[in-house]
Amino acid sequence: MATNVYFEDVNVGDELPAWSRTTDFMNWNRYAAVNDEFVYIHMDDEVGRAALNERGAFGMGNLRYTYLLNALRDWIGDEAEIREAAVQFRAINQKNDTLTVTGKVTDKRVEDGEHRVYLDTNVVNQQDEATCPGHAVVVLPSRG
Amino acid sequence: MTSETSEQLETLVTPEMEARKGVWENERVSYPVSESDIRKWAIASYWPEKPPQLFWDEEYAQGTKWGGIIAPQDFNPFAWPIERPPGREASAPRTGVGNRGMNGGQVETFGVPMRAGDVITSRTRLKDWNERTTRLGLTLFTETETEWRNQRGEHVKTRISTGIRY
Repeated sequence: MATNVYFEDVNVGDELPAWSRTTDFMNWNRYAAVNDEFVYIHMDDEVGRAALNERGAFGMGNLRYTYLLNALRDWIGDEAEIREAAVQFRAINQKNDTLTVTGKVTDKRVEDGEHRVYLDTNVVNQQDEATCPGHAVVVLPSRG
Repeated sequence: MTSETSEQLETLVTPEMEARKGVWENERVSYPVSESDIRKWAIASYWPEKPPQLFWDEEYAQGTKWGGIIAPQDFNPFAWPIERPPGREASAPRTGVGNRGMNGGQVETFGVPMRAGDVITSRTRLKDWNERTTRLGLTLFTETETEWRNQRGEHVKTRISTGIRY
């Protein structure tokens, strides 16, 4: 049983532990395989360029969303829940980018019998460009 | 529409969209979720790191609050249908005003987790839209709501996705 963090131990302003992946074809292809997401703009450089991305094929937005959920899960542990998550796709995930999920606690409160923690989140690349602003709500175990 | 410019179009909203607004449609029923599906999903999405035991180790998962393996919350039980949705594997991006598009993002609220044996029912409706002129020209932001429930009728998740056409 893995309880990583309790509600009482979280404070507004706390940051999510950094969670990173370098997205080469091994990451993209595996994700495309399980999600049945074989779309040419994500696979073929010529089609990617035709879609106005000079560097060719580009990454799936869904994979960045998955990374956000994985970063949250790794932080909260197995005795907690992700109640809500949101992303806005603002910039492209280029091949071989190193993406890092970031998050900061903005609020915490007890609602509907749940100990909820609110975060602003993002997925930034190696140039520190924000590609994917969003937010999340997680439900943590309480010591009480 | 390919010869038109966004300046010539007054709206990208169609009568078909007006008729569909708020109407649940596209009901789908998934194949039963399997432990193997969940394990593969977890491996792929955590690659190259090992995924959490909660997603693949039944003995471990039984000792958690969940009492067994659950699926990651982004798990898609509708992947790999026998009947392929038309146009899905198009080899060229769409062109022309109002046909170009991109995925704007989504917000999801989660209920009960998915587990092996679950059969998920999905339904979708066009929720709302917002049209304005952006740096892309006339741009239509549509909100589509998708709801998933399991075989007991329990809420699994609701997704509001934003589609962008310009």
